[in-house]
Amino acid sequence: MSTEHKSPFTRREFMTTSLTFASAALTVPSFLQRSAFAVGQPSGSLSSIAGVDQNRILVVVQLSGGNDGLNTVVPFGFDQYYRMRPGIGVNAAQVLKLSKAEGVGLHPALTGLHELHEDGLLSVVQGVGYPNPNRSHFKSMDIWHTADTSATGDGWLGKYVDSQCCGEGSGESGTQVAKAMEPPIAIGRTAPLALQARKVVPVSFESADLFRWTGQDASASLSKPYDELVERGVTGDVDPSSNAAFLMRTALDARVSSDQIRKAVSAKSLVEYPRTGVARDLSMVASMIRAGLPTRVYYVSMGGFDTHAGQGGAQGSHANLLRQFGDAVRAFYSDLKAQENDARVLTMCFSEFGRRASQNASGGTDHGTAAPMFLAGPMVRPGVIGNHPSLTDLDDGDLKHLLDFRSVYAGVLKDWMQTDPDSVIGKNYRSAVLLKKS
Amino acid sequence: MRRHTTSTEPPEEAAPLSTAPVPEPTTDPKSIRPKMARTRVDPASPIEDAEFTTGHARHLLWRAGFGGTPEQIQTLAAWGAAKSVDYLLDVDAVPFEGVSTDLFKNDIMRPPTAEERLAQRNAARAQDEESLARYRVMRQQAERSDRLQIREVQEWWLARMIQTPRPLEEKMALFWHGHFATSYRTIENSYHMFRQNQLFRANALGNYGKMLYEIIRDPAMLAYLDNNDSRKGKPNENLARELMELFSLGVGNYTENDIKEGARALTGYTFYDDQFVFRREDHDSGRKNILGRSGTLDGDGFVTAILEKRATSKFMAKKLYRYLVADLPDRDKDMDAETREFVDDIATLLISKRYELKPSLRRIFLSRRFYADSVMGQQIKSPVQLVVGAVRSLRTPVRDLGTLLDAADLMGQSILFPPSVKGWDGGRTWINTSTLFVRQNVLTYLLTGRKPQGRDAGAAIERYNPSVLVTELAEREPGVRTDTDALLRALARFVVGRDSDSLLNPIRAYVAGATSDGASPTDPRILTGVLLLLTASPEYQLN
Repeated sequence: MSTEHKSPFTRREFMTTSLTFASAALTVPSFLQRSAFAVGQPSGSLSSIAGVDQNRILVVVQLSGGNDGLNTVVPFGFDQYYRMRPGIGVNAAQVLKLSKAEGVGLHPALTGLHELHEDGLLSVVQGVGYPNPNRSHFKSMDIWHTADTSATGDGWLGKYVDSQCCGEGSGESGTQVAKAMEPPIAIGRTAPLALQARKVVPVSFESADLFRWTGQDASASLSKPYDELVERGVTGDVDPSSNAAFLMRTALDARVSSDQIRKAVSAKSLVEYPRTGVARDLSMVASMIRAGLPTRVYYVSMGGFDTHAGQGGAQGSHANLLRQFGDAVRAFYSDLKAQENDARVLTMCFSEFGRRASQNASGGTDHGTAAPMFLAGPMVRPGVIGNHPSLTDLDDGDLKHLLDFRSVYAGVLKDWMQTDPDSVIGKNYRSAVLLKKS
Repeated sequence: MRRHTTSTEPPEEAAPLSTAPVPEPTTDPKSIRPKMARTRVDPASPIEDAEFTTGHARHLLWRAGFGGTPEQIQTLAAWGAAKSVDYLLDVDAVPFEGVSTDLFKNDIMRPPTAEERLAQRNAARAQDEESLARYRVMRQQAERSDRLQIREVQEWWLARMIQTPRPLEEKMALFWHGHFATSYRTIENSYHMFRQNQLFRANALGNYGKMLYEIIRDPAMLAYLDNNDSRKGKPNENLARELMELFSLGVGNYTENDIKEGARALTGYTFYDDQFVFRREDHDSGRKNILGRSGTLDGDGFVTAILEKRATSKFMAKKLYRYLVADLPDRDKDMDAETREFVDDIATLLISKRYELKPSLRRIFLSRRFYADSVMGQQIKSPVQLVVGAVRSLRTPVRDLGTLLDAADLMGQSILFPPSVKGWDGGRTWINTSTLFVRQNVLTYLLTGRKPQGRDAGAAIERYNPSVLVTELAEREPGVRTDTDALLRALARFVVGRDSDSLLNPIRAYVAGATSDGASPTDPRILTGVLLLLTASPEYQLN
């Protein structure tokens, strides 16, 4: 190998060659060819990994704080539900019924999700959890993010993205030609643990306005030298495994993705979104998809679900949260359909845990265990998947989980992302069948 | 091995790290800098004064503090390594305002008095909803006031880091805050956070063992790790576990049984109001066996057992190395032999000096390893380091402390609010594409007063004057006044610590354009442009 390979990431190579790069041990820069992504064009021409349809996209919506599963997918057909929740139980008459599902229905504020269900775009996966549930927000969220009950290690989506990159295990001397997968994008101030791994650095931003260098506002003549500074990539005098090289790569990433993303989200959406945070975030994701960004994993979070007190029933604070969530996902799919991108996008929604079966003395609910997950998109098996967890056979007042969340991850990885889930979450989890047979 | 001895002459200069001493003339250090020998040298062996360049002085000021001005760098370069390190270590010799315990209000979150408790109990018993509602409102008001006060404590500490003439004291206080990480979010008591911060400052360069005995008596820590609820018969294991896992021994050097027994030793260690209280009736005085030591051990006996373990000194040596020198692999076996030897040497020194910190810090700051090419300019600045370092070294206006705290938070570091008891992971975890923009943009704010959302109202009043940097650089290198390229290279070496063409060429092009109408490159507007570009370079994130 010639010495040129000491620094494979020069700016020139980035801008003029292709997605191809050599040396596998490095974090991989993103958006390698910024000129390649004209607005409105599908990125099919960039399909880079044999056997994987580059067009498929996964959007994760995280409901932070522990969403109360029993008041989300309401088991109105079970008297026990009303006995355990005298103050906050949702009246059976108000529950939005799901055709073909007996005794369970959606909270009345979830009209958005109900419409998706009626259109065959929603599946409700019942009773998802994991053994020996942890009731700490922090710990349980880490467990979901790492797909590991020790809550340690890399993020599961980060590992997935890494596994699509660079040819695992080829080592520093590896000269094989490999293709990079685009880094995942999180809307928020920091990228969640789920997206963090070793090679591909996730992109995150709260607002596209902040995703740019403000120094150029002092003088327009600074723009060009700034571009040159950050577009150098890794210069030849720098050890490619050093922190300096890492920073140079990230700076180049930031520079290139800043342009693309700001251009993408500045376009007006094809549909009206509700004026809520989660709707705004999903509209940005839809805009990036529409602009043809080759990103395959997006991550959106919505907080406030830690409803210890006064959460209300059919109305109230929890109902408001559910309405924001359901209406946003509904608008997102209307937008995707108008873009004709709906078939490319699977959305997966989860929370770090459900809440205890019985309400507490403050008209709220405390940290619990198993809860439903939602999958949305035209590719899902519509309807309710799995039985509702028993309301009488409880584990110290908590629902027992029926399906391990890692089986859901495995199903998504195998059937949607078309990758071997074993390399990401281990061999112990049978992948759940969540999508239509294609 | 030659050991450095403490310099006998007291530093007669007035606090050079805050004021402006007259620098002694120096010869060009580059001309006397010997080529690093390729033959194997003991990484812990001290650097000779004759080898100590301005680059080394700059490095020392960044790592043992928050960077220095050109003048400060030149002062230390003229002093040489030994005198400079002694000066930085001997913080008590540098006068600076003390921290009074009544700097912040101690009664916002005070516990209710006996009468108040009785009144509340009576109201509850009588179902006196009106009184109960009043108590609730009072509580909420107190919590609101306390949240305002924690913001004041944060701003006060940030200001202190910016102003201190004893940078190593605050740098180590920040180290201890990350080591014994405690978050206001959990304990909701700003005065306890302030007192803990003061503990870290008072012992910043003192004795680690003493710190460990103190931390099991610290109200903020006792609340954070739930030891205030730990009683004989139902011990809470949280503090015992973290005391060994994160504060001293590290994973793998203790057993689950040591945690159980350690938790028993810590029962009854609690606090009332702002004071540590040992509740004898809650303490389990039975026999215990912790880390091979047995007896009716209490918390102090537990800490003593921890300090006797070699693993504690190794854990702390590695932690200091990571903070002050360079990152280390997770596993010891991935460390190269020289690094292992160096870390072992520091660990041995910690034990032999009964955990006095100064000998180890002196050894580190004088070692050849500390000045190795693989160390200098290779560490990613923490957000606090970035912000404080920029103000101190470039002498920008401080502008608004709240804005700086918000920016540090966006970059992933909110002081007094660490993300968990593990503290901040640091290193590359600070960096992603969005934090990188915040890092660049907070420098824009400091240099120009411009915020991403618009101009700061005070920007016009607090105009930054970059000319003072040129004046100071010209003291050592008069050519910077007449030779534009010499000026740019000197600025790059000072600001970024390197002057490669790949870094300088875009800046040269900017200056050529900006001066094409005859303007001087030392025009403050153009100099500010140069600084905006230098601080936006990826390399600026390193120190």
